[in-house]
Amino acid sequence: MKIRVSAEAFDPWQEIERHQAGQAGLAGKFGATAVFVGTLRDFNQGAGVQAMTLEHYAPMTGKHLQRVADEAAARWPIEDLLVIHRYGELHPGEPIVCVAVWSAHRDAAFAACRYVIDELKTRAPFWKQELTDAGRRWVEQEK
Amino acid sequence: MSITVRFFASIRERLGKGEDNIDIKGIATVADVWNKSAKIPLPPNVLAAVNMEYARTDQAVRDGDEVAFFPPVTGGAR
Repeated sequence: MKIRVSAEAFDPWQEIERHQAGQAGLAGKFGATAVFVGTLRDFNQGAGVQAMTLEHYAPMTGKHLQRVADEAAARWPIEDLLVIHRYGELHPGEPIVCVAVWSAHRDAAFAACRYVIDELKTRAPFWKQELTDAGRRWVEQEK
Repeated sequence: MSITVRFFASIRERLGKGEDNIDIKGIATVADVWNKSAKIPLPPNVLAAVNMEYARTDQAVRDGDEVAFFPPVTGGAR
């Protein structure tokens, strides 16, 4: 299980491949891999988005991401889990978050992947500031 | 007792500071920490955490605690 919060841009597909290759004993154990990748759009709530700055509360983010991952691992029979989340300045088209789950069968992989992304979105302390055509704005209510 | 206070996102910008250290005498809650450091009324939608755990504003604080205040986290529409 690996969790990383990083200011660096990342390629989720390379990360998934590298993680899978680096886990001794994983090959042969899983029959399903479920992946969610969240990417920055160039539109939100009726405005064009040029860039987004993600602020977070580092020690709290790490703690809560770990807890969500542990909960998923306790609830479903999963073989491995990878979570990568960006912070800092992002541009449209860049991946924001990646969740990958390896499991023997697809039900557990899908369910755990969905659980991790949904829970981290409400529990991990990240805040979005968008740079739109009309200037900077904090996104504090989702529509 | 000594409390480390942290503010994030729009709250940080509004108060013009991201971090503070305050000294409070006697029994105090999260709301007392806000009042002493922010010096404006606590906005209704502000979330709080004590030592990285979400907390209610009536939770008691202890010497050495880190108390954080921030807007609702924004995860995006489903």
